[in-house]
Amino acid sequence: MIRVVLPHHLRTLAKVGDEVHVDLNGLATVRAVIDAIETKYPMLRGTIRDHDTQKRRPLVRFFACGEDISHEPQDTPLPHAIANGAELFFIMGAIAGG
Amino acid sequence: MSGVRLLVGTRKGAFVLTSDAKRKDWKVDGPHFAGWEIYHAKGSPVDPNRIYASQTSAWFGQIIQRSSDGGKTWETPGSSLEDLKAPDGMPKGESNKFVYDGVPGTHQWYDGTQHPWEFKRVWHLEPALDNPDHVYAGVEDAALFESKDGGKSWKELSGLRKHDTGPKWQPGAGGMCLHSIILDPKDRQRMFIAISAAGAFRTDDGGKTWKPINRGLHSQFMPDPNAEVGHCVHHIAMHPKKPNTLFMQKHWDIMRSDDAGDSWREVSGNLPSDFGFPIDIHAHEPETIYVVPIKSDSEHYPPDGKLRVYRSRSGGNEWEELTKGLPQKDCYVNVLRDAMTVDALDKCGVYFGTTGGQVYGSNDAGDSWNAIVRDLPAVLSVEAQTLK
Repeated sequence: MIRVVLPHHLRTLAKVGDEVHVDLNGLATVRAVIDAIETKYPMLRGTIRDHDTQKRRPLVRFFACGEDISHEPQDTPLPHAIANGAELFFIMGAIAGG
Repeated sequence: MSGVRLLVGTRKGAFVLTSDAKRKDWKVDGPHFAGWEIYHAKGSPVDPNRIYASQTSAWFGQIIQRSSDGGKTWETPGSSLEDLKAPDGMPKGESNKFVYDGVPGTHQWYDGTQHPWEFKRVWHLEPALDNPDHVYAGVEDAALFESKDGGKSWKELSGLRKHDTGPKWQPGAGGMCLHSIILDPKDRQRMFIAISAAGAFRTDDGGKTWKPINRGLHSQFMPDPNAEVGHCVHHIAMHPKKPNTLFMQKHWDIMRSDDAGDSWREVSGNLPSDFGFPIDIHAHEPETIYVVPIKSDSEHYPPDGKLRVYRSRSGGNEWEELTKGLPQKDCYVNVLRDAMTVDALDKCGVYFGTTGGQVYGSNDAGDSWNAIVRDLPAVLSVEAQTLK
């Protein structure tokens, strides 16, 4: 089980609490986690990755075990502590004022 | 009992204001979608409980919300509990998927260079006249989309964006937005749209092909002030009983057409300024129109710090100022293009919202005004629904 923290506005959109959980069948990667989130919460499609290009939206960032992995390829394996649920995977809105 | 429901989009959420037919006491419900920009919300003319809303964020993109109970509860179309149990598998989550048809191409950028078409947000939602599941969306960068399944999926009516003049269209200060969509009640194949800064366009074949309708517009900022396209049209309005007559608030100038946009003439008359954003028409008097003059494109506030609505009962040229109940000193708010609306009661109700968060209403066709609510976030849009 992977534990994911969504940004506030996506929590309200998906009507979920502080933490969501997804189960993966294969390797834990950013792509696999977001695929699983979008399957479980289809209203989040297009909000984290662009609907058309599947690229990360410019003002969204990914953090794992205290590291900013936003610019890593989406198929890079996530740390073991994320994959086994010991640590949280953070999806965050970039600090951009407002 | 009859009444009025106002759908108010703001920088930080949507609000639903309701009143009985007296329109004196209002209930304020909201914020819905707190913290998100709500560019526009509008109800279906055939089912007023069906409302569509455009929810946007620079961070998380476009969301389409839909209500089937008059704005009490909302859902992203295709993602309800019922949809999740659908026999044909998981929903595709495409209610916010706005993808241009084919290769998007380029349009003119602020500096005169060509710039790729990029979807940013939905500015205006226009429910169809005869089917609550049919709705049009005007978007930035300018294009027209259509949904026939209640907003679950969208398809571009790409004949507009692919018009030969597309590479000459350019963004206004607010972006290159398609902000006005008018459906002709007498000719269902005819539709009018307006883009800032390209101009107004008309289709006579249900959106397949489009014609620029900007003859008579004069825009001094353009290299050719009388060009076919490039005009910064702020808003257009039509009375359903007189669909060949259109009124326009251009960047500067109030314009009027009596031949479905084929030609325009200026009717700014005695206005203190003919710059502004909204323009609307009395529900029962097709020659009575309303504007809110703004000082200039560099100073987006009312002349002399006085918030004044101007009404013409002669279809333009002769205007009277309406000030009773509106602040007449130290007022420096703006009124945006989709933030004025009318109801269909007798006397006609007129409403507008400001960037200062006030929503003003008149229950006597503009003769007097009251602040329905004073401290909302900046108001982006106001739409009235007249409830039976």
